[in-house]
Amino acid sequence: MSTIAERAAIRRRIQAVGLWLATFLLMVIMCLPGLWVVLAAFRPNREILAKPPIWVPQQLTLNNFAKIFGFGSDQVGIPVLAYFTNSMVIAMTSTVIALVIGVGGGYAFARFRFRFKNGLFLGLMLFRAVPGIALSLPIFMLWSRIGLIDAQLGLIIVYVSLNVPFTIWLIDGFFRQIPISLSEAAQVDGCTRWQAFWKIEFPLARSGIAAAGVFAFLTSWNEFALASQLTRTTDSKTLPVGLMDFTAQFTIDWAGMCAMAVIIIVPALILTFLVQKHLISGLTFGGVKG
Amino acid sequence: MASIMLKDVVKSYGKVRAVHGINLEIGHNEFVVLVGPSGCGKSTTLRMIAGLEDISGGEVLIGDRIVNDLPPRKRNISMVFQNYALYPHMSVRDNLGFGLKIAGQKPKVIAERVAEAADILGLSELLDRTPAELSGGQRQRVAMGRAIVRHPDAFLFDEPLSNLDAKLRGQMRAEIKKLHQTVRTTIVYVTHDQIEAMTLADRIVVMRGGHIEQVGTPMQVFNHPVNTFVAGFIGSPPMNQLPGHIEAGQVVLADQSRVPVPPRLAGKVREGQKVILGIRPDDISPQGHGLGMPEDAAQVATLDLRIALAEPLGMESLIYTTIAGQEVQAKLYGPRIVQPGEVLTFQVALARAHLFDAETTRSLEVL
Repeated sequence: MSTIAERAAIRRRIQAVGLWLATFLLMVIMCLPGLWVVLAAFRPNREILAKPPIWVPQQLTLNNFAKIFGFGSDQVGIPVLAYFTNSMVIAMTSTVIALVIGVGGGYAFARFRFRFKNGLFLGLMLFRAVPGIALSLPIFMLWSRIGLIDAQLGLIIVYVSLNVPFTIWLIDGFFRQIPISLSEAAQVDGCTRWQAFWKIEFPLARSGIAAAGVFAFLTSWNEFALASQLTRTTDSKTLPVGLMDFTAQFTIDWAGMCAMAVIIIVPALILTFLVQKHLISGLTFGGVKG
Repeated sequence: MASIMLKDVVKSYGKVRAVHGINLEIGHNEFVVLVGPSGCGKSTTLRMIAGLEDISGGEVLIGDRIVNDLPPRKRNISMVFQNYALYPHMSVRDNLGFGLKIAGQKPKVIAERVAEAADILGLSELLDRTPAELSGGQRQRVAMGRAIVRHPDAFLFDEPLSNLDAKLRGQMRAEIKKLHQTVRTTIVYVTHDQIEAMTLADRIVVMRGGHIEQVGTPMQVFNHPVNTFVAGFIGSPPMNQLPGHIEAGQVVLADQSRVPVPPRLAGKVREGQKVILGIRPDDISPQGHGLGMPEDAAQVATLDLRIALAEPLGMESLIYTTIAGQEVQAKLYGPRIVQPGEVLTFQVALARAHLFDAETTRSLEVL
């Protein structure tokens, strides 16, 4: 005898299984290429290129990493360390600058009334909508005139301008969520506006600022198209551009390329992990009702 | 502790005037309530006293200092906000001590003052919680505690109870009153709730459209409203207002029925003058069910009314009926149940009725 309650329970169960399956499929599609890259990084080139493909790794090795850093018997002439340093310096610096401007701009858009405010905001958003690659030629010509081709500073400027609209937009949203009365209460309590900002509003927007920072960092860290135009040598080449070094005229060193891809992925993963606590927490606005 | 004085205070936003040159003197340790409908300028006025809004014209004095150009932190006031504005990332203890810490007080002094305030408000158990872990009433108390630890010259309250449910509102109202009796300080309190105004205030300031309509003790404002707006705003349910005109010493209402002019106003009316007769629901009651009806027959009018609707409230009922074609509310005191359609003989306490000029809406009493 199947009662209505039983049938409802069965339907719920089918729905749950269906949802789980859909999620699983989606995750497989998203994660499998990444997994393959990571696996390939630890396998010899011979195994990667084997036909028919070897699905389950037979032997794992750290050789690929050793050789791109110039250790071991078969060295690869790619200055990974220099690329890594370039990437770090460029991504970090442009993120910090984009965050400083984003916090200032976001706060201004959230709190102050000024002329052309809406127009300015719309302009920033529109700028964000322009694909960066569309600007690559003008930027290239401009940079070549003023000598910023193949310079870290050149890329930093480009990445800051790429990131600023986004950081302003995101941080503006977070400041808007914080009631103005908190800053007012702090001012009545004896703070200057500046103190009220640093002691009350900034800590409360911290999660938003962290999120903006992660996004800005990842954008700069992963960017390839513009970097491939504007960099030439170890003076400024970043990791994604460096990946191209593994493709020679007739061969592609898949093992080395995958090892370097892992090196690119790991810092981004670590950063996201460190900051994810902030992304989730800090959003408890219990002090204010309404 | 200090007095607060407003001299011709104006607030404009561009071309729009929110406050039209108001004058008000708030005495040392006085509890003054600014009351009015939303948009009347009461909150703006309070925020100008706090320094959170610029003052467009006139002067604000706290004590004997003109504070127009002082930022909030230099005015030595504290404020309780409608949404409490507790700092969500700090414990109750840090919320309470924040102002003292900013002022550079020693940790020992801060701890003492926080303990003192927590004791007054019954927060001692909650000091280590964060605002998110508190109930509405507790948050309200923390907001008040944050105001009192600094021993300011004046407290400003901006609709502090409007986020609470009715029962809690009653409790907190009593606590605020108690607080004023323990920590004697000047208080300026903004609300749109006339019951809060009546129960808390030493003096009520009724505002409308950026003007002060009337200033007085709760009883003055209740018993002698200067115009029909104040009459309708203060008192619940509101005063019944019946239009009519004066003829031979009597008020002739819309349906030609006649009511004698209240004796105390006899000399103040003109023949033919258009007036509004104001009678509070408490002053219209079925015979034998009134409260404090005048003994003197000359002070009482008697008429038969049909009951349209009755709302029993236990020991009293609110009755809806019609006088001169207009719906009026009346009060029946006592546990008697009345039915719609029933006709009863009502008494009207003329001694306490009001007359307003229909054109200026001003009370004839003050003219």
